[in-house]
Amino acid sequence: MSKILIVGEHAEGKLNAGVGKVVAAAQGIGGDIEVVLFGDSLGEVASQAAALDGVAKVYTVERAENAKPMAAILAPQIVEIAKGGYSHVLFPGGTFGKDLAPRVSALLDVQQVSDIMAVHGATSFDRPIYAGNAIVTVEVPAEPMIVATVRLASFTAVAAGGSAAVEAKTVDAALPSHTRYVGLEAQKSDRPDLQSAPKVVSGGRALGSSENFEIIFKLADKMGAGVGASRAAVDSGYVPNDMQVGQTGKIIAPSLYVACGISGAIQHLAGIKDAGTIVAINKDEDAPIFEVADFGLVGDLFQIVPELTEKL
Amino acid sequence: MKVLVSVKRVVDYNVRIQVKSDGSGVVTDGVKHSMNPFDEIAMEEAVRLREKGVVTEIVAVTIGGQKSEETLRTALAFGADRAVHVKEEGDIQPLTAAKALAAVFKKEEGKLFLLGKQAIDDDANQTGQMVAALLECPQATFASKVEVEGETAKVTREIDSGLETLEIDLPAVITADLRLNEPRYLKLPDIMKAKKKPIDAMSFADLGVTPGAGLKVTKTSPPPSRSKGVMVKSVDELVEALKSKGLI
Amino acid sequence: MTVERDVMEYDVVVVGAGPAGLSAACRLKQIAEETGKEINVCVVEKGSEVGAHILSGAVFEPRALDELFPDWKDRDAPLNAPVARDDVYLFRSETAATKLPNLFVPKTMHNEGNYIISLGNLCRWLGEQAEALGVEIYPGFAAQDAIIEDGIVRGIVTGDLGVDREGKPKEGAFTPGMELRAKYTLFAEGCRGHIGKRLLEQYNLREGVDPQHFGIGLKELWEIDPAKHEKGLVVHGAGWPLDDANPGGSFLYHLENNMVVVGLIVDLSYTNPFLSPFDEFQRFKHHPVIKQYLEGGKRVSYGARAITKGGYNSLPKMVFPGGALIGCDLGTLNFAKIKGSHTAMKSGMLAAEAVAEKLAGGAEGGDVVSAYPEKFKASWLSDELFRSRNFGPAIHKYGVLLGGAFNYLDQNWFGGKLPLTLHDTKPDHECLKKAAESKRITYAKPDGKLSFDKLSSVFLSSTNHEEDQPIHLTLKDPSIPIDKNLPLYDEPAQRYCPAGVYEVVDADNGGKRFQINAQNCVHCKTCDIKDPAQNIVWIAPEGSGGPNYPNM
Repeated sequence: MSKILIVGEHAEGKLNAGVGKVVAAAQGIGGDIEVVLFGDSLGEVASQAAALDGVAKVYTVERAENAKPMAAILAPQIVEIAKGGYSHVLFPGGTFGKDLAPRVSALLDVQQVSDIMAVHGATSFDRPIYAGNAIVTVEVPAEPMIVATVRLASFTAVAAGGSAAVEAKTVDAALPSHTRYVGLEAQKSDRPDLQSAPKVVSGGRALGSSENFEIIFKLADKMGAGVGASRAAVDSGYVPNDMQVGQTGKIIAPSLYVACGISGAIQHLAGIKDAGTIVAINKDEDAPIFEVADFGLVGDLFQIVPELTEKL
Repeated sequence: MKVLVSVKRVVDYNVRIQVKSDGSGVVTDGVKHSMNPFDEIAMEEAVRLREKGVVTEIVAVTIGGQKSEETLRTALAFGADRAVHVKEEGDIQPLTAAKALAAVFKKEEGKLFLLGKQAIDDDANQTGQMVAALLECPQATFASKVEVEGETAKVTREIDSGLETLEIDLPAVITADLRLNEPRYLKLPDIMKAKKKPIDAMSFADLGVTPGAGLKVTKTSPPPSRSKGVMVKSVDELVEALKSKGLI
Repeated sequence: MTVERDVMEYDVVVVGAGPAGLSAACRLKQIAEETGKEINVCVVEKGSEVGAHILSGAVFEPRALDELFPDWKDRDAPLNAPVARDDVYLFRSETAATKLPNLFVPKTMHNEGNYIISLGNLCRWLGEQAEALGVEIYPGFAAQDAIIEDGIVRGIVTGDLGVDREGKPKEGAFTPGMELRAKYTLFAEGCRGHIGKRLLEQYNLREGVDPQHFGIGLKELWEIDPAKHEKGLVVHGAGWPLDDANPGGSFLYHLENNMVVVGLIVDLSYTNPFLSPFDEFQRFKHHPVIKQYLEGGKRVSYGARAITKGGYNSLPKMVFPGGALIGCDLGTLNFAKIKGSHTAMKSGMLAAEAVAEKLAGGAEGGDVVSAYPEKFKASWLSDELFRSRNFGPAIHKYGVLLGGAFNYLDQNWFGGKLPLTLHDTKPDHECLKKAAESKRITYAKPDGKLSFDKLSSVFLSSTNHEEDQPIHLTLKDPSIPIDKNLPLYDEPAQRYCPAGVYEVVDADNGGKRFQINAQNCVHCKTCDIKDPAQNIVWIAPEGSGGPNYPNM
């Protein structure tokens, strides 16, 4: 039976939402699921992790060196814990997990699996290659153990109804001093960065002018979303080209993508193929975007977009 | 200071890749290959560090078959002084690559190891971190800014919550992210000179590396195609639908 | 902007790494080896790699390759699908077709001894042979213009890199182009080369010959159901969906590995401004004769390129002080055979031999290599082109059936030596009828299985250009598309461009605007050829930009 260790990510007293998704992936593998958290004073984070459905146990490793998550500092500690009988060590696939997991993997002399998007069993997984333009199914050696990062966009977080036990752990590993934390410049919060925003609203050439793009910005602000545009809108001069979404612009994967007045040429779709939910608003019912949109609304965007902004 | 830059030959980022119908892999014959774009950024950073006087020697290294030599010539045209070709054919997984690269780094007595954060074919995003683990040295991944001062470096990294700055002791591994720099255009005379720069060839055996079991790819498939969803008839309906999915 | 440029010097510079350019380069080095007299040769290529911008059907006649590399088989030249059978059809309608009995097929359309190949892969192989011989090949460098001093071609200058949309150098990225000077420069840019175009004018090379005639070739590479695949099968057709006023022909060839190439060539002398070569090609694939192979298959790549088909009668003077034209830049394609690769190669080899003689004689360069046209005239190439000189003009003058019959007689009974020469003196861009006099064509929507839209097709050509650079499709007069072409011809650029570069969209002020989506350009040159106002001038964008054709 599998015994799965999930390395939990957290910041400022809050457990990262990705952890619940990793638990969901772990449930696909089956077996015991335990979470380990590293920090200097974890506070509420442990109980947030303990509340996740399916989690059997939460370990906390608190020491001053763990104040900020640095791979060189956490990796030796994770290795020591992992060697205590775990079959799998999983990490959320954000920058925290991507930075840390391979270091753990190398110390364990194990070939890691990156970005698990589907679980077929304890040793078989799907993962994306070529920017998701192909999917490979990999068979992973079970011994000595499996180390992997989980692609967060592919799993839904488990509910928070549980109450696992929380236990403090001491780890003996010698920690290096060659890496030191200097500071963090947080994401500016006015309008989310297009590349990483969880919600994005985009406008196409149908907007007709840069002035008209205002309605897109207004909708985005109401939603707390980033703003993008099609190549046609950019080429027509309505918005600057760093807002271009598509094959030769930005390739994004928000959970929600609202395309207003965008026909859906394949070059644009290449930029949003990994979006969670695509909403399309277009007056042409034959627009190719309706072939891939999860929700489509045919109509005049100059009426629909302001109405949507108002009703949200 | 000697810097090593690891570069990989991959299918060019412009190519629309095709999955073979028998599921055995991606079509790579007859398609354009080039240096992994993130490795180009690492190369550019190494050259800029030399222009700043921080770095005195740049050695490019690649692991791959005969055709990978083209990628080394590109690195040499960029400005690498020498190149190392670990000549091995077939699929080379990150852990094995890391072992070889760490061995080359040790052999070369490098001070700084630069490479792209991931290769655009496998998208593993592991090799740099693994090299650092094997060398027992610091890693600074997804770098968007690098400042080297004597025996330490200050690296700004692009992480989910913003820009994090770390101070690391050298020798260290830094992986390049998209916004670290914009690689220069190669000049014809440099491409010409690159043909004459030295390349040392070696094998895994020379480096004491034995490839492990690794992952086995059992199938390659095209991505799931998105299918047509639901047409709603009003804004109200749309708002309802999005709310029920927890998106707004 | 005046820029300081680096200079590199060679004995010979070749512009374009296609079959003509690479054959010329290889031949020069072979001769250097034979005679022990070194010749430095440099080939510049605007594509990101050799083969990136090459596409052709192609059924390849190995005659020139046999001469250049008699041991090509041992060298693993990619000739892997010998022609097994020729089928020729007259497509009579959307559903009907008549297969011509072999007896009635013009001799030039018989392909025993030929191979179905990917010309791109052949060029990649030629590039490898060239480099092994010591040729310097530089892909990613676009020759921008010829260096002409005192009326003598002294080489070429490559394009500046790192220039923004407005033409200003980009801080930190600007890399000036360089001068590649040579004793002799061979221009092998293919059909309607932009420098070739200027040289034809500069040196009045077209004097006394028929204007050049062109076609646009559209092609797709498909992976089909193995049960439907017949390796070595060559299918050629004429007729539907085209007609006598808008002629053309089609092809479908079975390569190795269950791959099939299918294509349509539309003569650029077509008269209806509402005709869209791309859409004709897409609907052509629905014909039962073609559908039977493609159904259930997967489209893998798409591309398009203009074709020089004027042949013998349109051959301009091929030399000028310091340089020469070879390949399709000159116009060596044999339209009767619809083959231009072996003729391009031969012209390159002949030019190389003539240039090598000059260099061996101690020439300083910059003079006229008159031995080249002399060797040309004495070669099988000239004889072959002479014999097929009437093929194109016959179809233009008499239509498909009568023209085809004429060609059958001319080729099969008279060996192409009928004592009369048909001339086609109307340039293609003057052939369009006015929109008001023409019938609008409604094309069916693509079905997404056999037929597709333009943008999805361009997507498969792996075309990309650096975003922030000057638009390389230049207009002599920016007002002409909307003020003249639109009312007169319904601005046919919207249709003849196979990549959706040109659009007529609503302007802010209520009128119309001519939108140029340079990003999509597949470097086919059709716009430069067919614009009725001859207002569009194609220039080379930043090197490496354009298609990245795989196995085309």
